[in-house]
Amino acid sequence: MKPFRYVRAYSVEEATTAHAGRANSRYLGGGTNLVDLMKLGVERPERLIDVSRLPLDAVEELPDGSVRAGATVRNSDLAAHPLVRERYPVLSRALLAGASGQLRNVATTGGNLLQRTRCPYFQDLGKPCNKREPGTGCGARDGVHRDHAVLGHSRLCIATHPSDMAVALAALDARVELQGVRGRRTLPVTEFHRLPGDRPDVDTEIEPGELITGVLLPAATAGLPSAYRKARDRASYAFALASVAVVLDIEDSVVRQARIAFGGLAHRPWRARHAERALQGGAPSDEAFRQAVDAELSAAEPLRDNSFKVRLARNLACDVLRRLAGPASAS
Amino acid sequence: MGTDVFRSEVPLTVNGSPCRPTVDHRSTLLDVLREQMGLTGAKKGCDHGQCGACTVLVDGRRANSCLLLAVAHEGCDITTVEGLHADDGVELHPVQRAFLERDAFQCGYCTPGQICSAVGALAEAAAGNASHVTDPDADTGEPVELTREEIRERLSGNLCRCGAYPHIVEAVEDVTP
Ligand SMILES: Cc1cc2nc3c(=O)[nH]c(=O)nc-3n(C[C@H](O)[C@H](O)[C@H](O)COP(=O)(O)OP(=O)(O)OC[C@H]3O[C@@H](n4cnc5c(N)ncnc54)[C@H](O)[C@@H]3O)c2cc1C
Ligand code: SF4
Ligand code: FES
Ligand code: FES
Repeated sequence: MKPFRYVRAYSVEEATTAHAGRANSRYLGGGTNLVDLMKLGVERPERLIDVSRLPLDAVEELPDGSVRAGATVRNSDLAAHPLVRERYPVLSRALLAGASGQLRNVATTGGNLLQRTRCPYFQDLGKPCNKREPGTGCGARDGVHRDHAVLGHSRLCIATHPSDMAVALAALDARVELQGVRGRRTLPVTEFHRLPGDRPDVDTEIEPGELITGVLLPAATAGLPSAYRKARDRASYAFALASVAVVLDIEDSVVRQARIAFGGLAHRPWRARHAERALQGGAPSDEAFRQAVDAELSAAEPLRDNSFKVRLARNLACDVLRRLAGPASAS
Repeated sequence: MGTDVFRSEVPLTVNGSPCRPTVDHRSTLLDVLREQMGLTGAKKGCDHGQCGACTVLVDGRRANSCLLLAVAHEGCDITTVEGLHADDGVELHPVQRAFLERDAFQCGYCTPGQICSAVGALAEAAAGNASHVTDPDADTGEPVELTREEIRERLSGNLCRCGAYPHIVEAVEDVTP
């Protein structure tokens, strides 16, 4: 690992000012991804700006009924917070499906959103990877790609985003709150992560030096029936092969709105907008769910060794929709 | 030892004793404990957060010390397996005793991490934190009963290459309230 300077920031302004104009700086949250990548040589910062002690560690209700979770709230604390458990259970469940107890105690909201792909070629300096080193090629495309994307990938990169939390946030219509030296802005989580296109090296819309200060959970999705389901190679402590977060709003046996997001399938949490539109205003039924999800996944372009993911995702989504709809979806 | 831009003095409390190691910013807490303080209880298994052998308690919460930069933990209270025993310095922690009684290891390499992880997991369950296998409808914030299924899920961040899992689960069951 290359030697680096270490600065601890105690205010948001201190953090963004310390970063300004220094491209080789990185913010340090819990470090569970960044330190790992530094050991592997994938990240080689000259300066770390520790943001883990910023006063952004609260989960609080805002006057408009939304809930704000600060960027430094640890994943385990976010999952256990009463406002999250009671109003946004899908977020608690997604967090608890990720990593391990030890890692969740350390990982932060901000760091979780910005964790890098687990593509083994990305992590191996001896292999070609357009994300790590643009122009070197994609080792995974003709290599081992069973865990890789089936939706929205590009010629240059087929990586997936590994976060479980982000999938729940996407289904909840959450927003990311950002602070740069030039000001503050918010972005929907669904627009925060990018598809790889011809710039696989750029994971998200965050600008250099911008700091995530928190995520905003809207009042509109509070208290709706919701669930998360994740399929993986072992029962625990493994990344998703496929996962789904569903937030379902049914009234008088009519689907007012279904919000469905897939994990493990694409370079970002995949909001199933086609399926959602197909379900809106209709009666919830197993058949309707199956048709809607199939229509969404007909856009899938699986690779040589991962077509199983399409059926896996379909079964997960149909099962969760059915269970959330309960008796309302009798066949 | 002086400090330069790549090193810092880091006041910490380790197993109840204050100390001020000077650390290279690159040093993980695991390396500082093992190589600068002679506390070799926490083990280096994978060095990438994938095995749990390095688990220690930071301000009472379990964490993988191989992914923690020591410099970022100024002022923290660290407990390793060497510091779990009672204040008299003799009496073992109930989790340690249960591991002995249940023969919950073979080679013992994962054991310090398993024990620290179990201590952390017991506190999390007592505080009402649900796990992946807790019934979502029962996630009320009340203390969670540690069934075998709960213990297995909560300790899934600790791998045991000897496969001593059945006895590890029994040991933790023994100390479950
Ligand atoms: C063995 C293992 C298994 C795992 N399994 C899962 C899993 O199943 N599911 C899952 O979802 N995750 C899993 N993870 C990943 C884990 O969730 C992430 O490592 C963690 O969420 C990252 O958070 P952090 O605070 O430690 O981030 P850091 O490592 O501190 O930072 C990650 C990135 O975010 C940047 N950053 C941090 N905070 C901010 C901020 N406030 N503003 C701007 N930039 C910031 C950093 O510069 C860095 O680039 C696993 C990790 C490991 C090691
Ligand atoms: S899939 Fe993306 S991250 Fe993986 S090797 Fe190809 S370019 Fe790199
Ligand atoms: S050595 Fe830390 S998790 Fe394996
Ligand atoms: S006892 Fe040998 S690794 Fe667990």
